[in-house]
Amino acid sequence: MAWIDLQNDLPGIRGPMIYRPDTGAILNDLAEALLHDENNSLSRGDREMIGAYVSSENDCYFCQHVHGAMAQHYYQSDTSFIDNIKKDFHAADISEKLKSLLTIAGSVQKGGKNVTQDQIENAKKLGATDREIHDTVLIAAAFCMFNRYVDGLNTWAPEDRQVYIDRAPMRARDGYSQAGLKN
Amino acid sequence: MAYIEVEEGVPGIRSLFNFRPETGKPLCNLAEVLLRGPSPLSSGERELIAAYVSHRNGCMFCMNSHAAAARCWHGDQKQIVDELLREQNAGSLSQKMKALLLIAGKVQNNGRSVTPDDIDAARNAGAADADIHDTVLIAAAFSLFNRYVDGLASYTPTGEAAYEEMGKRMCEKGYHI
Repeated sequence: MAWIDLQNDLPGIRGPMIYRPDTGAILNDLAEALLHDENNSLSRGDREMIGAYVSSENDCYFCQHVHGAMAQHYYQSDTSFIDNIKKDFHAADISEKLKSLLTIAGSVQKGGKNVTQDQIENAKKLGATDREIHDTVLIAAAFCMFNRYVDGLNTWAPEDRQVYIDRAPMRARDGYSQAGLKN
Repeated sequence: MAYIEVEEGVPGIRSLFNFRPETGKPLCNLAEVLLRGPSPLSSGERELIAAYVSHRNGCMFCMNSHAAAARCWHGDQKQIVDELLREQNAGSLSQKMKALLLIAGKVQNNGRSVTPDDIDAARNAGAADADIHDTVLIAAAFSLFNRYVDGLASYTPTGEAAYEEMGKRMCEKGYHI
């Protein structure tokens, strides 16, 4: 049960987004620009994976499974592939460049000052552009907000992970625009 | 020097908004609505929450600029801002603000740190649902802003004068780009 009366029974962030639609719409605009907008050299799968990883580090059940399922959808992988990245991305079968970006995201999750010059140089050496580094930092920072909004209000989350997997294709099709969240 | 190539001399988050306006716009809109839009909390109280969370995250740019905005809103009560940021038990803060700042501090750590007792204490001090909602979202949003500014090592001006002017502008004109 959420700490406050959200006047709806939607799970996770959708509850407070409907409760307070003016900030809800802005948060959706941010998610759309960061995660769904096609004008980005980072794939949608990689951007969702960064969100899922940070949410897992923040122990946010709702966000890590929503965005883990989104990454799984874009990667066309199974659930264990996503879980293995969250558990130990260094050992996962992903590009060295994505590993370097997840390293930066992990530092941002702990606090912005944890990002080091070495981490940035390593990512650049592996081909990351300034904008890709920017987006990695901002996606990680944004999930430090989304996760705190979801858990700081004690919103509820479906336990069954299949629920998240089943919703992912629709969200991938519609994006995070306000219209998309009415479904 | 910032980790990415942004315009020289443009301070903090503004240089990042210019670098990537597609995300800058919703972030500015968020600050404007959260800190200056409709809320049972005054803008001065909301800037205080923003400065407090930034202080706890050690983000000098956000802490100094939002403390300056909070001082501007508080006028002749502005010592309250410095008392809070020195972690003194700011005597002139209302019980309600004390309870809400405690919740904001928990959210800064992690959303799951907030307890039913924290919420009860805020309610007993007169906080309604909308006060609690706005406190949690402001604290969460500054968990973003602080990481964005420091995670890219953006330029942090030193010296109080720069921030005083910034705070005055934030208080009088707001956050639209």
